[in-house]
Amino acid sequence: MDFPVFAVLAAMLTIATPLVWAALGAVINERAGIMNLGIEGTMYAGAFCGFFAAATSGSAWFGLGAAVVAGVVAGALMALLTVTLGVNQHVAGIGITLLLVAACDFANRLLFSSGSQTITAKFDRLFAGGGIFSQYPLTYVAFLVLAPALWWVLRSSGFGLRLRAVGENPEAADAAGIPVARTRYAALILGGAMMAIGGSFLTLSLLGTFTIDIVSGRGWICIALVIFGRWKVWPVVGGALLFAVTDALQLQLAITSLFSGVPNELMIAFPYLVVIAALAIWGRGVRYPGSYLKPYRRA
Amino acid sequence: MTAPPSAAGAASSVSAASPDSSRSSPGSALAELVDITKTFGALVANDAISLSVLPGEVHALLGENGAGKSTLTRILYGLSQPDSGEIRVDGRVKRISSPADAMEAGIGMVTQEFSLVDTMTVTENLMLAGVGLGRINRAAARAKVLAAAERIGVSIDPDAIVEDLSVGQRQRVEIVKALFHDCRVLILDEPTAVLVPQDVEQLFDSIGRLTSAGMGVIFISHKLHEVTRIADRISILRRGRIVASRPAAGLEPRDIAALMVGAESVAAPVASAENETLADALATSIGLDPADLDGPSVSVGGSALPSAAIRDRSRATRATSPISEATALQITDVTLGNDGSRVLDAVTLSVRRGEILGIAGVSGNGQTELVNVLCGTLTADRGSVMVDQTEISGLDPAARIRAGFGRLTEDRKGSVIPGLSVGQNLVLEDLDRFRIGPFLNRGAVREHVQKLIERFDIRAQPGDPIRSLSGGNMQKVLLARAISRGPKALVASQPTRGLDIGACEYVYSQLRALRDEGAGVLLISEDLDELLGICDRIAVIFSGRIIGELPAADATPEALGLLMTGHDTGAADDSDAAVNA
Repeated sequence: MDFPVFAVLAAMLTIATPLVWAALGAVINERAGIMNLGIEGTMYAGAFCGFFAAATSGSAWFGLGAAVVAGVVAGALMALLTVTLGVNQHVAGIGITLLLVAACDFANRLLFSSGSQTITAKFDRLFAGGGIFSQYPLTYVAFLVLAPALWWVLRSSGFGLRLRAVGENPEAADAAGIPVARTRYAALILGGAMMAIGGSFLTLSLLGTFTIDIVSGRGWICIALVIFGRWKVWPVVGGALLFAVTDALQLQLAITSLFSGVPNELMIAFPYLVVIAALAIWGRGVRYPGSYLKPYRRA
Repeated sequence: MTAPPSAAGAASSVSAASPDSSRSSPGSALAELVDITKTFGALVANDAISLSVLPGEVHALLGENGAGKSTLTRILYGLSQPDSGEIRVDGRVKRISSPADAMEAGIGMVTQEFSLVDTMTVTENLMLAGVGLGRINRAAARAKVLAAAERIGVSIDPDAIVEDLSVGQRQRVEIVKALFHDCRVLILDEPTAVLVPQDVEQLFDSIGRLTSAGMGVIFISHKLHEVTRIADRISILRRGRIVASRPAAGLEPRDIAALMVGAESVAAPVASAENETLADALATSIGLDPADLDGPSVSVGGSALPSAAIRDRSRATRATSPISEATALQITDVTLGNDGSRVLDAVTLSVRRGEILGIAGVSGNGQTELVNVLCGTLTADRGSVMVDQTEISGLDPAARIRAGFGRLTEDRKGSVIPGLSVGQNLVLEDLDRFRIGPFLNRGAVREHVQKLIERFDIRAQPGDPIRSLSGGNMQKVLLARAISRGPKALVASQPTRGLDIGACEYVYSQLRALRDEGAGVLLISEDLDELLGICDRIAVIFSGRIIGELPAADATPEALGLLMTGHDTGAADDSDAAVNA
């Protein structure tokens, strides 16, 4: 059989893009000690707001800007709940996801009453026809700019040092004069913006439209990827690629005659099963950030 | 005098600061606390306390837990605000409302709980204070670490991850951190509590270097022989007041001890240990050990201590009745972990009836795991544990207790159910004895609890929530629970950690009483003075192995310290002999 290796690899990079954006956003959150289960809702809001702004303005860039605003607001809300008010992070995060998903669905019903099929302004692939290099701009940014930059920030910048200190030992950070709450706000807002950009990739780059349940659990996958990658930038990117390549394979194999008898739902479930298996194998005995899930209050 | 910013500056200021000029009139104090009062509700933690530190001086603060030392130093370091009184730095009144203010004023503190980020390197930790948002200059910070380390005469690997460092090394990192901020007054809160003797020497050497460069040090300790050795001035706190503040030279350790505890607070527990006068009990309880008193350190105190007499009395605290040949607790070949990483490696120990066997060691060398294996909360890969001829290694924790095994684990709070009352916690492990069918016989429980509260002098009502108890009182509850059952073998792990002298002495008297009744006691502790004072034999654990065993009469802190750091000396041969005996 002539297997389209390059088509699968190209699809892998495209599929991995929203995961890389959102998962690296989650890395920033969690290195600061906060697990943001609002990630699914934040991606959803990014997807919807980006689409809506692009549809009304006619500019994909305007849409991207709107997605960033949505992510900043979602991150700030999470920060208000967990950092300032000390709400349980699970409850706050799931609450934000439920709120944002429902709000976007509701707005979608009001604005595009018939389950929208509007095709809007979207980003185009660069190097059209360039095989594996024919990718959307955000894909290039994710792999060539975002990941190296975040790696550098965490390792060699004062902000990264503060972030890690706040997530590992906020008492020590506080004693060293680092503003714990402000650093966590910054982490959540920055991470929220990245998650929303990841979500907007689905509408503004891939589809050019918004459909109900468009994020379909990618946020949850990112939460798993962050643990799988042990809060380190490159392993998390690797995990995103692993998920993406199984998804791309699944898409490719589903249309071959060999798998024609296999139910499509099972094929779609395949990458998720791979993530679960990978977590079961490599996700054990991981060392969580020292103050993971713990609100910080001065003694 | 300002602290030198670099090692080169340090060197020059060493020569500049002659001892005479640095120990001048009180007016030149580096830092002064004036009439500090701090209350917590009805409790007066600090009652108009005044204290000063001079350049080049080590000012020791002594006092029981709760005497107000921590509150006072927290106020000086800006962690707590006084109700009244003021702080002066270089003679000028200074408001210190946060640690940042304190650092700014040149005051540094090393607390018992280190304030380090475990997953970062030494350099990264030291960069944290004052780090901006942009690019960090790792190379410059690294050089600064090395220079500061040199200033206190230690070597520190600036690229080591903090969690890989020993406690002693972490403490050095903390001191270096204080020097990073050009501190001139360094507060050390019980710095030796966690150190092995060799690290204590290193620390004292570092302190000496700092004071000879003109810094002032506030040194908090419970250990009298250390204080008389290093301090220039000694202030004693009791119940929030300074009861004495004198030059260290010429101070009688026994006077200090009496001032520290106040006569009445120790009299009660000591009464149970017969043939000991109050002063003797004090001497042992605060860790006056003959081995230390023989050393050159005594001359610092200036007084000729009757060390031979103390040694004799110290012996008297050991087993009076002959130790039986019968074993109370036999641990054979207990091994945990695979070949690559053995947490416990063929641990073999036997505790005879009427004997207290101590296990010395730096924490993290397998002590916790050994206790868990003995208690039945961790399953060993190999080996057997016998209590008085009964094999218990296959039994669950409850069955072990029934077989005559008692335990006092290091995690005091983990040994009680915080939400339950004192009474409920007291009978928690004996519920079968107080049952009528499926119901609890409340009358019998109440009677039993009342009896224990009286016998063990627990200062609480049966209905009080156990979490409201002080550490000493909680330990009494746990002692009561374990001892009232009449165990044949008792494992006590760090039983006096965090307790004040009175409570410590109470624990010792109970352990001694249990031994005198013919039980075997296995005492696991990091406090060598404690082990030397109460044990009959002392084994040393290192890296999960028992690497030496000495009769307590022959043991010295130095010999034990060498073993604790993994230096296998000739003592290993003795240990084999002792194990086989």
